[in-house]
Amino acid sequence: MRETKYWTWHMAAGVVILLLLGLHMLTMHVGGITHLFAPQGGEATSKANSLFRDSSLFFTVTYILLLAVALYHGLYGLRTILFELTLKPATEKALTFVLLIAGLGLFGLGAWAAVAVHAVAGAAAG
Amino acid sequence: MSDITRHDNRLGVWGWLGGGRWGVERYAYILHRLSGLGILSYFLMHIVVTSLRAWGIYLWVEGGFFHQPIFKFGEFLVYAAFAYHAFNGIRLVLVELGFAVGQPIEPIYPYKTSLNVQRPLLILMMVLAGILLVAGGYEFLGL
Amino acid sequence: MSEASKAVRQINFHVARFNPEVDRAPYVKTYQIPVREGMTVLDGLHYIKDNLDPSLAWRYSCRMGICGSCGMLLNGRPTLACNTQILHIATQDLTVGPLPNFDIIRDLVPDLASMFEKHRSLKPYVIRADEAQIDDPGGEFYQSPQELEAYLQFAYCIKCGCCMAACPTLATDVRYLGPMPLSAAQRYNRDTRDDGRRDRNLLSGSAHGAFRCHYAGECSRVCPKGVDPAKAIQHLKRQLVLDYLHLARRKKPCLKLSGPGQGKPLPNIPAAPAKTA
Repeated sequence: MRETKYWTWHMAAGVVILLLLGLHMLTMHVGGITHLFAPQGGEATSKANSLFRDSSLFFTVTYILLLAVALYHGLYGLRTILFELTLKPATEKALTFVLLIAGLGLFGLGAWAAVAVHAVAGAAAG
Repeated sequence: MSDITRHDNRLGVWGWLGGGRWGVERYAYILHRLSGLGILSYFLMHIVVTSLRAWGIYLWVEGGFFHQPIFKFGEFLVYAAFAYHAFNGIRLVLVELGFAVGQPIEPIYPYKTSLNVQRPLLILMMVLAGILLVAGGYEFLGL
Repeated sequence: MSEASKAVRQINFHVARFNPEVDRAPYVKTYQIPVREGMTVLDGLHYIKDNLDPSLAWRYSCRMGICGSCGMLLNGRPTLACNTQILHIATQDLTVGPLPNFDIIRDLVPDLASMFEKHRSLKPYVIRADEAQIDDPGGEFYQSPQELEAYLQFAYCIKCGCCMAACPTLATDVRYLGPMPLSAAQRYNRDTRDDGRRDRNLLSGSAHGAFRCHYAGECSRVCPKGVDPAKAIQHLKRQLVLDYLHLARRKKPCLKLSGPGQGKPLPNIPAAPAKTA
């Protein structure tokens, strides 16, 4: 049942990513049309806009959530592709473990960075 | 039986990419894999690069290393991969949970399979992905 | 018979040959065959064996698309040789090869043992708690036509292996169960006489089970009997998820009717007329 569990969460993560990454794309790449979340004007990727999003609690929370679901979805996908290359069972176990550690590590890095800049930007704004 | 030498006739990775005359769903599957791998490799780098802002390093703003046309184009490719992967993914979530494939029927030649049932959904998803692609292209081309 | 159907065309058969005792790898040998309208690829292979090259080996039996022996790769597509008219798929050249994703024993003969092992491992038979009733039945199982329709399509499988040859996952993953075993599992899961779904779930929900299918759909496209294994596998995935989330409907396997006249009639069926003899 373990694989069924992983796969079910993979599907659920996909749906969540659709919403969150869709929002991210609208913010970053379709801003010229929708003018969303770029209150500092101009490019969404400008320093001013980046700092704005850093200071926003909404963006910090959704970024951390997006990071978690996207890492799970992406690394499970990679695991699926690699598992289909006829690996030894021991290799499969090791691969799952390595991907889990890599995922947790990257999540730790990204989440810490998001919280750290939010604290700094919040302090600077307040 | 076991002492007869056999010849391994597996297609290998060529079986993922080529090997015969296929239906459109198989190409959709290949593209879904390629776009997923592309997005993942971008994503892993993206986490590291954006986390650097915690040390005050903003590589993507005006004057930064990544603010060059070649990287902008790369980003557009990632965006395109996302547009395709997302809409094909919606189709796959529906199909792989048993919706949009139809119920078991009495097979009468010429056979109509679940592929025929989900084909309209595939076309709809590709149209929506195309629309999103154009919207993003408009933005990326700086219009 | 019209003149057109009596016309003979010369078609080149490019046949994959491999003798494990002599060759190191398969090679292609070309034979030119006179083809008349209505000739199947199987007829063409017989012509080669009778007139051109008696050493050619392949499997066949019923010659009418029901035994599943003659599955092979015709112009890049896995299908039955007996079911395929030469002139429908070739105008001048026809490539004939053994089914891919299986080891080759010789020439056009694939080693299907792996497919049958996977099939067996998924317990393709009715499993019930009252085992004695299966072996020594005291009556018939009750199953309505609607309940039959829920799995009948998947029961038409002739185990030819064409779906396994077409599957992209099987191209690289030797341990993937494959479309035929998985749709056989679904055929029994949906059979109301059966109660073995949770047993089969252990294997079909494993790392190389149903979730390694990604709906490329080639299995359903090539199936010569319209079994639609892709549909069966997607329904199987849905059932696996429902079982994992404990949302599956609890259903008992269907009842046995003990002997004639002892079953309970359905509510709106009128009583039988009195006996006259």
